[in-house]
Amino acid sequence: MEKLYTADEVDICVIGAGHAGCEAALAAARMGLSTILFAINLDSIAMMPCNPNVGGSSKGHLVKEIDALGGEMGKNIDKTYIQTRMLNTGKGPAVYSLRAQADKAKYHTEMKKTLENTENLLVRQGEITDIVTENGEIRGVVSESGALYKCKAAVICTGTYLKARCLYGDTIIESGPNGLRRANGLSDCLKKLGIRLFRYKTGTPARVDRRSIDFSKMKEQPGDKNIVPFSFENRPEDIEREQISCYLTYTNEKTHDIIRANLDRSPLYSGVIEGTGPRYCPSIEDKVVRFADKTRHQIFIEPEGEDTNEMYVQGMSSSLPEDVQIAMYRTLPGLENVRFTRTAYAIEYDCIDANQLKLTLEFKSIKGLFSAGQFNGTSGYEEAAAQGIIAGINAAAFCKGIEQLVLDRSQAYIGVLIDDIVTKESREPYRMMTSRAEYRLLLRQDNADLRLTEIGYKYGLISQERYDRFLAKKEAIEKEIKRIGKINFGPSEQLNSVLEGFGTAPVSTGINMTDIIKRPEMDYDKLAILDTDRPQLDYDIREQVNIQIKYEGYISRQMKQVQQFKKLEGRRIPDDIDYDNVKGLRLEATQKFKAVRPVNIGQASRISGVSPADVNMLLVYLNSLAL
Amino acid sequence: MLKVNLSDTIAAISTAAGSGGIGIVRISGNEAIYIADSIFISPKGKKLAEQKSHTIHYGSIYDEGNIIDEVLVSLMKAPNTYTREDVVEINTHGGYRAVTAVLKAVIRKGARLAEPGEFTKRAFLNGRIDLTQAEAVSDIINAKTDKSRELAVARLKGRLSAEIKEIRESILTMLAHIEAAIAYPEHDDETMTYSMIEKGTREALARVDRLIATADTGKIYNDGIKTVILGKPNVGKSSLLNTLLEEDRVIVTDIPGTTRDVVSEYINVGGIPLNIIDTAGIRATDDIIEKIGVDKSRRLAEEADLILLMFDGSRELSDEDRELIALTRDKKTIALINKLDLERRLDIKDIDAINISIKNNTGITEIYDRIKEMFALGDIESSNEALISGERNKASLLRAKQYLENVIETVENTMPEDFVSMDLTAAYEALGEITGETLEEDIIDKIFSEFCLGK
Repeated sequence: MEKLYTADEVDICVIGAGHAGCEAALAAARMGLSTILFAINLDSIAMMPCNPNVGGSSKGHLVKEIDALGGEMGKNIDKTYIQTRMLNTGKGPAVYSLRAQADKAKYHTEMKKTLENTENLLVRQGEITDIVTENGEIRGVVSESGALYKCKAAVICTGTYLKARCLYGDTIIESGPNGLRRANGLSDCLKKLGIRLFRYKTGTPARVDRRSIDFSKMKEQPGDKNIVPFSFENRPEDIEREQISCYLTYTNEKTHDIIRANLDRSPLYSGVIEGTGPRYCPSIEDKVVRFADKTRHQIFIEPEGEDTNEMYVQGMSSSLPEDVQIAMYRTLPGLENVRFTRTAYAIEYDCIDANQLKLTLEFKSIKGLFSAGQFNGTSGYEEAAAQGIIAGINAAAFCKGIEQLVLDRSQAYIGVLIDDIVTKESREPYRMMTSRAEYRLLLRQDNADLRLTEIGYKYGLISQERYDRFLAKKEAIEKEIKRIGKINFGPSEQLNSVLEGFGTAPVSTGINMTDIIKRPEMDYDKLAILDTDRPQLDYDIREQVNIQIKYEGYISRQMKQVQQFKKLEGRRIPDDIDYDNVKGLRLEATQKFKAVRPVNIGQASRISGVSPADVNMLLVYLNSLAL
Repeated sequence: MLKVNLSDTIAAISTAAGSGGIGIVRISGNEAIYIADSIFISPKGKKLAEQKSHTIHYGSIYDEGNIIDEVLVSLMKAPNTYTREDVVEINTHGGYRAVTAVLKAVIRKGARLAEPGEFTKRAFLNGRIDLTQAEAVSDIINAKTDKSRELAVARLKGRLSAEIKEIRESILTMLAHIEAAIAYPEHDDETMTYSMIEKGTREALARVDRLIATADTGKIYNDGIKTVILGKPNVGKSSLLNTLLEEDRVIVTDIPGTTRDVVSEYINVGGIPLNIIDTAGIRATDDIIEKIGVDKSRRLAEEADLILLMFDGSRELSDEDRELIALTRDKKTIALINKLDLERRLDIKDIDAINISIKNNTGITEIYDRIKEMFALGDIESSNEALISGERNKASLLRAKQYLENVIETVENTMPEDFVSMDLTAAYEALGEITGETLEEDIIDKIFSEFCLGK
């Protein structure tokens, strides 16, 4: 840098204004810290460069948790959705999957509006190329124009922009997503700071012109009639609006033939791509090669917004050359005459090995420097936002000198996500999945507020009014469950005719209402006719009462597992432990422990490649320290 | 999912060597008091949880509605206990049968059978025992069985882990189907129906049951056939013992009993593992003119898998002999008529006995043949049946069985898939404990290798 000038002095700088950066900046500013949010282009704030939706299996849980902590994603999608569906409703309350199609442009506009109207927060266009540290502590960030922004803490949320390149077959363009400028400077600066970088890859399908599609050859997928908001602050009736449909079509052997014939032109198979791609986001050529015996693959056509004719072709991400793409898209029923508006591409980018982070998302080696989102090796808007709010809260807590927030695996999907990325070995971009949450019966999307509102309130992200409403809801649930527990029925004709009416066995002795609700055919609402003193309760309260009573046996078993888990989490490992002094550890375990530096025995036991015997030796050592 | 478990509750019989009719069941862990309370009834209706630490209480132990024994219960609350956990010791009076029945009741209520040395290990891990050298403890943690048994068990273990792996693989496939459908709700790949899951679970359950059924045979290879030599004084018990010991071409060892600390010796002749109990008693009493206690014989007989009942061919049947015949009637017993070299005066009918002469070393191989036949050992060595050995493995299998039964119950109650997944995962993990495998990324790996998923 030839000429540095001090441009500003604030508490927190957030680098990158995607889904992680927005949540981080909002949390920090709302906690009262002066904050600047940098974006390479202010018109790409909260951009959705890939799929036009928010939520889905386990990701919906993340959005609800972000909302319960006082984050923005749930509110923003509630403002801008064009279709919403609750999926998986038959598979158990813990795996309900709320997903909304977003109007991408409006999603951006609304988020930008919120940022611009938040006190203590400034959005600023510019590429950050340097991070200034002193004695292992952050001092400021520098933009490409030579402006130094002094700060006490910073959050890096560069998404897929770092040294990014996009691949369209043999055409390679050095750019960030969607043709935007990439960020060039920061990678080198991070390397100089001793931070290990990975090279990951992901991809996106083409966008096509709605007018060139024959929807009559596809299956329409409308939204749900009864909508469920993402934000606990919204009621369904407040956000009702007309919904836009998606459509389903399929690939066929013709599509697959074209792909096979042109594999040599795919950068993935010709070895041009260096990055590691996610298994759960395979390109269409990947699917055809790996699952050669499948004769067809599902393809969903999804609108990108209300005011655009562009549509997203889910399932057809590809890095084949453009001419091959067009030919193969046109083999799909309904897409015979399709016209592209944007070509599918694969994108490679720098990200970090998140094992270098603490559970607070602060770098172990640099005080006050936090990071979140795709930069941490994850994928997905929701995963990014979830880390963003935690990094924002913790950057602010760092500045204020108060306790930082770590959610554990029994508290939230966010806890599972962060614990996984900072503890386990990363082989590919990380996607949240319900099967990663071992206590998922407790981590339901419906009870995210019960789990996390208290925490959001403590950090000043939940208003008093909302908190009071939350307390009232909680009390109403507990009161109603207690009341139900006291209701006993004698065997009567009225009772039995109701029971038989719902297809469940009549009773010959007395029965508690709780036990009737537990029957597979029954639920809380169905018993309203027999329950003459039942108070008028809102849907969300009735839902909690029903779930907590109906699945009580399974839930309490899981709570017992959590007790065991908590015991291991409670065994702290001192910060200054020297693993070379721990006798009997295998070399591999010593190296892993040194790299991850687990904070407790529970985390130590989850490190990939650490055996139960290693954990035992560590326990032995800790006990000998205590003696 | 947890690689180490600090908080489950363990139990074992911990009676000191040579004690009479009293047996002690020791329970240690978070739930020790809760478990004891769930089977203990005091005449005054006292609840142990509400009593002071380091107190003794009189009452009875019940299991499934039946009274097992009158007991004294010592209550010791953490941290001033041997393990620094809550400890309850149940002192029974009704002999070996009663003490094992109490242990079974304790395990049914949620305790896990302690591994050898586990109370001591906990005492250490909880900082109770002063061992500063970590290496000293690594021996406890990695406690190895002695070589002679290890050899005999190794082959069977190989088969066991192969069988466990297959069962786990079938469970994993079901899990991957369920989890893939949950993770990708709109995906149209063939999903498993409930009847497929039920069928698969029942198959897995049957295989687990078969393994559990082999526990006794597996235990024989691991621990040896618990054998007791009974007979009146001077019948030749110590001579027989010495003959058997001499024939052992492997290693003679002392087994620190996990259940009882009766002095015993492990021998392995021609693939027949014998664990001869109370060898000290045989040596101490046999040559001395002393009437052996019937009580002691009864206790030994109750404990044994096999009784070698010796008669003196040169003397007539005595009352003592008759008493021994009576108390071994329901047990696996091989009658041996010794002193074939002397003039025959014994006249017993209805008993199929082997005539031996220890002095001339005749009839000994017949004893081995009879044992082999009795315990079907020939079949096991040559068959490909997997066997489980060790109480820890059995406990893991029993838990896997429970989880699989939960799955079937969940399916029968038409509860949603998520609840099926919960118990399938738990069964998968319980089986993994036997082969030392943890869950990690198995399910996710399986999902993406089996199904074509993703946007």
